[in-house]
Amino acid sequence: MRLTVNGTEHEVDVTSDMPLLWVLRDELNITGPKYGCGIAQCGACTVHVDGFAVRSCQLAVGDLAGGHVTTIEGLASPEGLHAVQEAWIEHQVAQCGYCQSGQIMQAASFLETNPEPTDEDIDAAMSANLCRCGTYPRIRAAVHAAAKKLQEA
Amino acid sequence: MASVGKIARRTFLIGSAAIAGGVAFGTYMVKRPIPNPLLDDLADGEAAITPFVKIAAEGVTLITPRADKGQGAYSIQAYLIAEELDIDPKDTIRTPGLPGPAYYNAAVMTEGSPLPAYDESATAETIRSVLRVIPKLFALQMTGGSSTVPDMYDKLRHAGAVARETLKEAAAIRTGFARAQLTTENGHVVTPDGDKIAYTDLAVEAAEIDPITDVELRDPKDWRYLGKPGLTRIDMEPKCTGAEKYGIDLNFDGMLFASICANPGIGGALESFDASAAESMPGVQSIIEVKAGNAGVAVIASNTWYAFQAVNAIECEWGAPAYPATSAEIFANLEAAVNKEDNFDHRQRDEGDVDAALAEGEVFEAQYRIPFLAHAPMEPMNAIVKVTDEKVEIWTGTQIPLFIKNRVAQNLGIEAENVFVYVQPMGGSFGHKLEMTHVEQAAEVAASVKGTPVKFTWSREEDMTHDYPRPASVMHARGKIKDGKVDTFDVSVSQSAMAPGWFGRLTGIGIPGPDATITTGSWDQPFAIPNYRVTGYRAPDMVPVSSWRSVGASGNGFYHDTFLDELIHKAGADPMEERLRLCLHEQSRKVLEEVAELSGWDGPSMGEDKGRGVAFCLSFGVPTAQVIEVTNTDRGIRIDKAFIVADVGRVLDPMNAEAQLTGGMIYALSHAINSELTYENYGPVQNNYHAYEGLRLYQTPQIEVRILENMSGIRGVGEPGVPPAAPALGNAIFAATGQRIREMPFNKHIDFI
Repeated sequence: MRLTVNGTEHEVDVTSDMPLLWVLRDELNITGPKYGCGIAQCGACTVHVDGFAVRSCQLAVGDLAGGHVTTIEGLASPEGLHAVQEAWIEHQVAQCGYCQSGQIMQAASFLETNPEPTDEDIDAAMSANLCRCGTYPRIRAAVHAAAKKLQEA
Repeated sequence: MASVGKIARRTFLIGSAAIAGGVAFGTYMVKRPIPNPLLDDLADGEAAITPFVKIAAEGVTLITPRADKGQGAYSIQAYLIAEELDIDPKDTIRTPGLPGPAYYNAAVMTEGSPLPAYDESATAETIRSVLRVIPKLFALQMTGGSSTVPDMYDKLRHAGAVARETLKEAAAIRTGFARAQLTTENGHVVTPDGDKIAYTDLAVEAAEIDPITDVELRDPKDWRYLGKPGLTRIDMEPKCTGAEKYGIDLNFDGMLFASICANPGIGGALESFDASAAESMPGVQSIIEVKAGNAGVAVIASNTWYAFQAVNAIECEWGAPAYPATSAEIFANLEAAVNKEDNFDHRQRDEGDVDAALAEGEVFEAQYRIPFLAHAPMEPMNAIVKVTDEKVEIWTGTQIPLFIKNRVAQNLGIEAENVFVYVQPMGGSFGHKLEMTHVEQAAEVAASVKGTPVKFTWSREEDMTHDYPRPASVMHARGKIKDGKVDTFDVSVSQSAMAPGWFGRLTGIGIPGPDATITTGSWDQPFAIPNYRVTGYRAPDMVPVSSWRSVGASGNGFYHDTFLDELIHKAGADPMEERLRLCLHEQSRKVLEEVAELSGWDGPSMGEDKGRGVAFCLSFGVPTAQVIEVTNTDRGIRIDKAFIVADVGRVLDPMNAEAQLTGGMIYALSHAINSELTYENYGPVQNNYHAYEGLRLYQTPQIEVRILENMSGIRGVGEPGVPPAAPALGNAIFAATGQRIREMPFNKHIDFI
């Protein structure tokens, strides 16, 4: 089976029902997407498929249908970090950091569709991503900051 | 070691009797220097000036032995060394090093002191100094108890200063200048001529001289890093790019993947199993019966997901563990132990004449309870283990590396010196990784495929059903008011003992005497109430339990402050003013005054359907007050705003300290609102986040934080944000609705948005 991750094509030999998450982590050693719950309750496994945030623990690799996968490792461009990553660092969001790959991928995808979000928009878009350390106030602030950066860019 | 172990065992904690009876450690054992472990395998041209600094031509290595669970321990330890060593920590190699006795944690037991944290008398300080010796004797290299900064504050700055002066001495010998003429700057020794010699260039010479240990620490006003508002975490960028490698992320050539289904009744047997369906599933390599830790059946496969799938297809017959099967039976046992003489454990507070006061007049009575709680960090338990005939290597995120080393050695019949534990960054812990059942299982599994590294991962379901949870407990309270004031406060808490079972599980050594955790956070509060009594009752051992962020104070903070709030309201007093009037500790009073000012406190009522609550708890030596404002909406309670004030003595990393206090509050609110483990058929019913949700972003209020520096010394801030949050919320709900909630989680009694 072939799939494209962060612009690189890979060949893997797995059953087609294997969730994308486990293809990335255990077959391709791309470990930014994290295993947290396996049932789409935490969002730690969030990646982009053709630019949209997807829970990789729920997407069977056989259903990828040629979609291009971007993980946190592929979010930055050669010119530098993505605005969301910059904002996350400036606001010192992460504590343990385990959920943050998913939080950042969710936020990056969300800001593509809503470049000027309100607090309520952010709450609605980000509330399915669980953070057990309680970094939520800084996530909210960092999403606003990233939106501003993207507007100014 | 045997005799020391015996002496220490007899006097080990926690009740005042054991301490007051005198601790007979010879000064030899106490003062004996511990050899520097870095010297054992030092290569030519490397200098290990202290156990915390290694200089080699390739770079300067800082050893930061306290584990990072997300609280920023690696970062602050590196800055503590760097502040004296004069080097940008980002330019160094940083590692937790290999676990060893030199890295014992002197501060990890001081919360168990029989005198409260606000007592700074000579007696209290003597007892604390004794409690700082025990970890050395037991080689307790442990992370926990908000102790990293208190333990490391002097130790690491001293290590940095020793390394700096030794490097200067090496440069002095080389250049002919006196050491006093030399200065240091960003990884270099600088001569009066302005010549710069890199530390790495001095490694060979530094290794040949005795370390200069007569050093003076810098005045905090001269600090470059510590205490600066803009100080950022060294691990922040890798955590935002996916580059940070947690234990679960490591990869080795030829590595296999494994998981397990173990008895949900912890300690129960595996009677029989049928793995016939699993054997032929994709990717499955072998199926192994596991006896270590907690009995079960493991699968080794070519991918973790294949292992999970196969584990789910195994049918097991489980034997019953030695505790009741259901929450109903467990709580019946807890209730039965309250105020029973046979179950009396300790009474560390008994002031005035409570019995006489309660014998007449109107007595208020209330009963409280708190549930078992899973730790449920985002990263489930995992370990990579490679077993060969010569050695065992273990890569895992843990708070207890030396216990793991010893236990795995014992289980696999190998010398402990041949077991190597490489501690990895953790995706959260909250106390979960103070246990090692998963590592024992992983080692047994890996021993079945010698020479092959095996990554062993608990599924989320396995993780939550095999957690050693925060103890459930119940409290019966009685109180009286007099002349509009709180007059009598008498609470009795019943809980299974936590600390003895936990320590016994890890070491095989039980802890005799009382278990302070039953009333920590309640008996030790800085209030003067005329008749004031706090009693701990020890229920039978049931579900094996463990430390959960803020330990005893996580429940007792709720009990103590909520019942105090009840009496204050009954007295018709203002919740803030009455707490201030009762408070006998100056710094704690300042914390309350500051939170009143920050929140604009003008009484609990804020208009129709709105209210605010204040709560206070002194835990881990940090007085912490929180105010929460809520609105009772058509859709349930909404938390509008929250305020935190804490006094940590000295703030080293202001941004991170704020994050820890905020995170502690959110962690506590998560569980106060909607989380519990209930037991049926010996195991918890809730096995994933859908049933154990925690707070989400949309439920999280804006939180304002102020940190004070009036306390003496320096204190850790990872836990003190937890205890006041549940009572502040409950007190606010009472102010807004008139409904008093005495049981967590609160959503059993009221709806939340």
